[in-house]
Amino acid sequence: MAPRHKSVETRYYEDRDRLLRALRNCDRRTFLKVSAAAMGAVMARGLMPPHTFQLVEIADAAGTPAIGQGFATQGAQGTTPFRFAYISDAHLYERTLNQRFVRAIVKAVDDVNALDPQPDFVLYGGDLAQLGEPSQLELGRQILSALKAPVKMMVGEHDWYLDLGEKWQEMFGPPTYSFDWKGVHVVVLQSVYEKDFWTARRMTPAQRMATVAGLDNATQSRFEVGEKQRAWLKNDLARLKPATPLVVFSHSPLYKYYRPWNFWTEDADEVQALLKPFNKVTVIHGHTHQMLFNQIGNISFYGMLSTAWPWPYAPEGLPKLTVQMNRADPFDQFDGCGDGSFAVRDDALVDTVYNLWDRNPVTVKADYLVSGGKVDVPPAPQFASF
Amino acid sequence: MKPRLSLVAAALFGAVAGATAIYQSHGNRAHNAYAQALPTHQTPPARDGGVVVQLCDGVTATEVKGLKPGEQMTHAQALAVTGKLMDEWQRKHPDQHWVMAQAETTTAAPAGAPSAGPTHETGGTGAATGGAQLKTQQGDTYASFHSRDYMIWQAETDAFVDYGNKVFHSASLLGSTIGVSCDMCHPNAANTHPETYPKYQVQLQRVALLRDMIDWCIENPVKGHTLSSDDPKMRALEAYILAQRKGTALAYGKH
Repeated sequence: MAPRHKSVETRYYEDRDRLLRALRNCDRRTFLKVSAAAMGAVMARGLMPPHTFQLVEIADAAGTPAIGQGFATQGAQGTTPFRFAYISDAHLYERTLNQRFVRAIVKAVDDVNALDPQPDFVLYGGDLAQLGEPSQLELGRQILSALKAPVKMMVGEHDWYLDLGEKWQEMFGPPTYSFDWKGVHVVVLQSVYEKDFWTARRMTPAQRMATVAGLDNATQSRFEVGEKQRAWLKNDLARLKPATPLVVFSHSPLYKYYRPWNFWTEDADEVQALLKPFNKVTVIHGHTHQMLFNQIGNISFYGMLSTAWPWPYAPEGLPKLTVQMNRADPFDQFDGCGDGSFAVRDDALVDTVYNLWDRNPVTVKADYLVSGGKVDVPPAPQFASF
Repeated sequence: MKPRLSLVAAALFGAVAGATAIYQSHGNRAHNAYAQALPTHQTPPARDGGVVVQLCDGVTATEVKGLKPGEQMTHAQALAVTGKLMDEWQRKHPDQHWVMAQAETTTAAPAGAPSAGPTHETGGTGAATGGAQLKTQQGDTYASFHSRDYMIWQAETDAFVDYGNKVFHSASLLGSTIGVSCDMCHPNAANTHPETYPKYQVQLQRVALLRDMIDWCIENPVKGHTLSSDDPKMRALEAYILAQRKGTALAYGKH
């Protein structure tokens, strides 16, 4: 049955498609003509922007400083600005079982490949597989291999708990590592270790995996970086000066947001203590599938979007600085999902772009976080969580 | 006192056995346990060829003479018949005031078992303190039950909610063809906002109930088959989702 009336979104996209078709290969004169016609149509309907699509001529688009390039000329503190992209939380099943999640990560790969200039590298944020199956990880690797930029891998709990990381490590190497990139020290952690809850319950590996795969069960343990890895981190950071900018990747947020859903790292305080001596620290995490940011002392935190599905905001514990993303529309597979990129500036602060699919991207500037929310406030959501 | 005690014991045994069966059953067995038809009142047969109308107490009845089965009463007739039935009920229950009894039902039936159990005895001393006697009206359906009964009912309700919890978290019970279950987007039923229904769901272009959205989710992101409204899985899903929002104010129509 055809809808009785068209939604605002449908009208918007129809207008947009019509215009874009007309604009193919058009010169400036035609552009103005089409643009005027669009405006005329808008007026005729008595609509005011932004209720429908209209063209805006962007003068000197190429000359507009892109994010992360604005201060590219001056390396005030010796950091060469650079940009990296991310794709996270794809939760793949086998291709034959679930095409939905495959479509989503492929869309993200296309997005990242379309970035111009290309990012220095792409961070994959963990949870490549849904249930840790080798076939799921293989499928993920195959899809990510289409990326033009080099890929850095991080592990998530969905990749780990079928065989305790055996297959993932065989494919991608150690889950904990660090490297230096244009003056920034980059650390990748395995933050989803859990205490053994399975042996006493005589769980099979598949049962253990299925338990960890659920967010809202109390059976599993809480995520932690663990003593051993904290010792590694301490040692890894020991040779660095406090002025060295740090970017730390972890799958779970390295702070305490909401324990029942493991939006949480049990030893977050201890890890933060190791990062405290450094002046500029940015922690980037997956797992929470939502626009999420926080500032604790010298540390700025950003959560990454998922390609597969958005999580609701937890009923309590949401960081004060987080500006919620609009509620996702369940009727649109891609709404509330996406990918994104980070721009490391010459002052070693990190801005991020949440590339929300089917919505305008949201930029969160580091200045917003380090000022405690005083400047560069991101746009508020029209519909916050229930 | 004795016969009543043994009745309670029998009821307790039956209910506990039932609840245990429900707790132990999974999948289809639990499904079947919740698929029972609701009880109906047996209306006495008509004696004079008319239609028998019965009050909701399942006892008080009257026959409308001259009304053939299938025929509708006029509004005046209906008023007369219902008035007569209420008069009869009040004659049989001279101590009860209908409006008051209603008010008592709403305050005396909270979720969970009352700690001391309702005594429901007129003039009983109960938990009165300082010599002031708190009088309780003679009650209705719930009056003759003890706190233990409330515990059993709670256990039954919890078991039903628990079945909903299982369905909510199980791609196979939901009939998903792609391994997706409700909790993957709605941990603890977050963001299901059952309190906002009915509301106009713009994407469906109609007023939707919670079950419409459950069905939509099962058919689309979950890629399963829709459930009928009386399917035990649908009922249990509704029970689970509503249970997660206990204490939330109803706000129908909210977006």
